[in-house]
Order: sequence, then structure tokens, then C-alpha cells
Amino acid sequence: MTGFQEYFSETHNMVRQTVRKFVEREIKPFVDEWEEQGEFPRELYLKAGKAGILGIGYPEAYGGSGGDIFVKIASSEELMRCGSAGVVASLGSLDISIPPILSLGTHEQKSLLVPPVLKGDKISALAVTEPNAGSDVANIRTRAVRKDDHYVVNGSKMFVTSGARANQLTCAVRTGGEGFQGISFLVIESNIPGYSVSEKFRKMGWWASDTAQIFFDECKVPVENLLGQEGQGFYGIMQNFQNERLQLSVMANMTAQMALEESLRYSREREAFGRPLSGFQVTRHKLADMATLVEASKEFVYRVAAKIDAGINQVKEISMAKNFACTVSDKVTYDAVQIHGGFGYMREYLVERLYRDNRILSIGGGTQEIMKEIISKYILE
Amino acid sequence: MNIICCLKQVPDTEAQIKVASDAKSIVTDDIKWVMNPYDEYGVEEGLRLKEKFGGEVTVVGLGPKRVTESIRTALAMGADKGMLIMDDALEGSDSLAVAKALAAAIKGLEYDLVFSGQRGVDDDMGVVGANLAEFLGIPHFSVIDKVEVSEDGKSVKVNRPIEGQTLVIESNLPALVTAQKGLNEPRYASLPGIMKAKKKPLEEKTLSDLGLDAAEFGEGARKVKIIELTPPPAREAGKIVEGETPQEKAAELAKLLHEEAKII
Repeated sequence: MTGFQEYFSETHNMVRQTVRKFVEREIKPFVDEWEEQGEFPRELYLKAGKAGILGIGYPEAYGGSGGDIFVKIASSEELMRCGSAGVVASLGSLDISIPPILSLGTHEQKSLLVPPVLKGDKISALAVTEPNAGSDVANIRTRAVRKDDHYVVNGSKMFVTSGARANQLTCAVRTGGEGFQGISFLVIESNIPGYSVSEKFRKMGWWASDTAQIFFDECKVPVENLLGQEGQGFYGIMQNFQNERLQLSVMANMTAQMALEESLRYSREREAFGRPLSGFQVTRHKLADMATLVEASKEFVYRVAAKIDAGINQVKEISMAKNFACTVSDKVTYDAVQIHGGFGYMREYLVERLYRDNRILSIGGGTQEIMKEIISKYILE
Repeated sequence: MNIICCLKQVPDTEAQIKVASDAKSIVTDDIKWVMNPYDEYGVEEGLRLKEKFGGEVTVVGLGPKRVTESIRTALAMGADKGMLIMDDALEGSDSLAVAKALAAAIKGLEYDLVFSGQRGVDDDMGVVGANLAEFLGIPHFSVIDKVEVSEDGKSVKVNRPIEGQTLVIESNLPALVTAQKGLNEPRYASLPGIMKAKKKPLEEKTLSDLGLDAAEFGEGARKVKIIELTPPPAREAGKIVEGETPQEKAAELAKLLHEEAKII
């Protein structure tokens, strides 16, 4: 075999095995219980931190484990195999909240704010969306007013993944005037006066993750917690999206992959009219279509990831990849439930959860519609 | 304290095992290979002793090239050196031949303790450890779930669980211990560990490198012959005990356990 490059080498496969072992030992045996409880134990962060899993993809200088983009992908894929995207989302909330600190922060800020999170001692979350501003990021209203050596923050953040338990937020606030130029990133710690958290939201999917609303009432945040300069927040948000969209694409692909695998297994086992479902052309062709879509989506996302890793601008392509992956997982999880029939509607079957957990993927990290806006701008203008 | 940990690569315990068309082997096409879990307990114990007493942990594996990945995993966990005994003539060897090859490789090394798993989770033969100790001329302790080395590093006290009791045995070193579940909780191979493992020495040895005669290995030299592999029978449907009253049901259950299941 010559002339083509595999994305995953022996190192990646070894990381995969470590994460798989972690999932088999620490998550899988308890995951159904955690889903029903709507939360997983706090200790899981510490265990994942100790095993070096939280640190994958982050520099060793700040307590990370290092590794290229495919190490991160291998790790995310194996974490998804726990069967609960909610566990993955909350355990991985640092993956959307730490990168802005690394890209905008000073050495002091990084040394102080990053290592405790990668160790699992602290939980970090990203807070951008507000009750009145989701896709319309430039319109956020949470205000931070500079007063001597601190900012006074007032406002609220919505749908914060890990919000109920987060110790620190990477939070978008308005320090300046209207529009995107007025937005900055502040790191806000949860133990300060005036910081409060809603009840955990009851959601369609991602049950094991704690999503909440956060309120700031005259919160005093030291100026040292400003990331970069005032007004750099919007740039930071946009830069961070590329990475978040890649992760969501990987989640969508794994959701579809698992739905396909479950369907393959079920269609071999389940008999109807005296033969296995896999003996009917209608099922065989459905499975063939599902497998084809999953394969194409995985290859597309890997290719875009390889280009991102090489430093090539992929804003258009990652938007395409996210939409493509989510469209595939929409279709494949739907068909997987269909193949399972009534059982696919029951909680005992993984495809039921995959179907529900999948729905958020084409909303979070930029909706399908926003992705299309980005793509159309690139191809038209 | 220098420690040797023997390592076998086995199909992932999650893998779907299918019997091959020759009815004597399994289909290996789609199998993911992992370090034998019992060997992993041995590696972990070796590393803990190294951390306490100093010295080196050497991992010795046998099999085709793919075994390198499992040896690297042990190196990533913290072992210092690896050795892979790799030779086409080894294909199809039985446990006795494997032990003979391992002994030849280990004889040239300095060691105080040798670990192996109490059995491989593939063939479940459970004899390599004992055979290896015999070839090395050292005492061996099988199915051990606790290891205590004396402060002076000259002797060892081990526990073997037996029918709800514990047998405690002491021995001088060097000795060989086969690891049982419960000995420890193996650590994870971290990414920095994996990166470091790439630079650690991993030697490959053929049978002739070890001064062994290829004719004593492989399919033809087997003392234990595999006659046939058969998959376990498919699980039958459960039975619901019938009866009007609890007394009747209990009587029916007792009757079934006695006459059908024949366990009381």
C-alpha cells in the first residue's frame, strides 16, 4: 500500500486503547444510571484528569498531555463509545472553554487557569449564549463595567454546558458599545458574590450533562481575568468555533457510527416472517445507505481536520463538515430506530438515546442555518 | 530490584470470536489485539515494586510483529525495556514451547522477580508461568493476588486465594509469580508516557539469536494438540416455574433443580 497517508498511527491507536479502557472501566458500567439521574459523579473529572485524558491536545507546559488533532479525535471517538453524549459533553466542556484562554491569555493567566482544569480539580465551562442572543452573538447584553481594579458584571448566560457545577466560566461580556467590537472575554469564578445558578435544565437529550442558566448580580471580577484586550472577545468566539464545530462533527459521526453498528447487530439477530431482518432487501439496502453516509462523513471530517492541523483556514469546510455530519446522523439515527421497530423506542435500547442525543448537534456550536450563512458567504462573495 | 514481566497479546475481550473453517483456530481478520489482562496486572505490580525499590522493569513478549504495540503500551505505563521474540517458526507453538523460548530470552537477563499472567484469556491454558519457572530453575507461585517483597529485597511473601481462604507463601528471590485479578488496578498508559515509550529500547530476537533450534517449535513440535474448537452452545430460553401457590411453585422449582438441572 503506497501513496496514501493514514490519519491514525500506532501512537493514536495506543491512546485509543487507553481511552477505551477508561470508558470500559470508569463509565460504561454506570452510564445508564447516570443518564436517569441526570448527572455523573464529580470524581469522574479527577479520574479522567489523572489518566491524562482531559489534557489530550493541550500543551504540556500547562499540564496537558500534548498530541495532534488526531489524538484528540481518537480520544473523543472512544469517549463517545460510552453511549452517553451527555457525559462526553460535560466532561469535555473544557474543550470549548480552555482554548480561548490559551489563544488570548497571557502566560500568567494560562499557568493559573488551565492546569487545575486539566487535572480535573476544577470544572470549566463556556458561557456565550444568552436568553435573548443565541446565533446572534454580536447582540449579547451581559455587561462588564470597569471600576478601578475590577469589572462589575451584570446579566445572564443561557444553556451553559457543565453550568450547574462549573468552577470557572470563560464568559463573553459587553465591555464596550453596541455590536461585535464591544465584546470581551472574562474568566469568571463561580465562588464570587452575586454569582448564582438556576436548577439544571430538563432536556430532550444529553441527560447526564448538567446544563444551566447563570446569573450575575453586581459580580466583581478582577481585571487580571480579562483575556486579551477589551473588544477581542468576538474574535476569540469565532476562532473557538472552528474547534467546537470539529468536535461536534466527530460527535455526530460517532453517533451515526454507533447507530449503524447497533442496527447491523439487531438486523442479524431479529427475525421476522421466519428469517433475520438482514435477509430482507429493504433492510439490507437501508443498512448499505447508512454505512455509505457514515463512511463519507468520517472521511470528510478527517480530511478537514488534517487541514486544520496543517494550519489551513477551514472555516467554510468545517461548516460544511458539521452540517454534513449532522444531516447524516439525523438520517442514520432515524433509520436505526426504524429498523429496531418498537424496541428502538424503548430506553433499554441504545438507539433510543442516540436518536435523542443527536438532536442538539445541529443546534449547538452554530446552527445548521448559521453554517449555511457562512458557507454561502464564502461561495458567493 | 530488576523485574521481568511476560506479556501475551490476546483478542480484545469485547471481540466477537468466530471459529475458522479448519475448526482448529479462530478468524483473526477483524480482531483488535490487546495485552492479556492478567499480564497487565503483572506489569503494574512490577512497576509498583520498581517505584519502591528502584531497578528496571523489562517486558518480554512473544508473537508476531503486532505484539510490539502491546509491549509499547507496557513501556508507556512505565516499563524500561522491551523484548519481542519473533520468528516465523514459532507460529502454532504450544505453551511448553512458548515457555522454553521465554526462558532462553530471560536467562540472559538479570532479574529478582518474574511476573506473568495466571493464564491467557484466549486459550485459558494457564501453564506458561509454571513451565517457565521450571526452565529457569526458580520457585513459582501461581494465581497470586498479593505480593509483598521484604525490605531487604531478598524474599517475597505472596497470597493465593483458595475457596474463600487465603494461602500465604514465602520464598527467597528470584521467583516467578503469576498474577490474578485483584492484585492491583493497572494504571492507564498516558499520552506523554506513550510518546516517551517510542524512545525506549525494544529489541527483537529470533530463535537462532537465542540459540534455540527451530525444530523444537511451531505446529509440528506441539505436545498438546488442538483437536477441535467449537463455539459455546446458544443460550436456551428460560423457564417459568408454574404453580397456583408459593408452596407449589417452590416444590416445582426444587423438583426442576433436582431432576433437570441436577444441581441439588
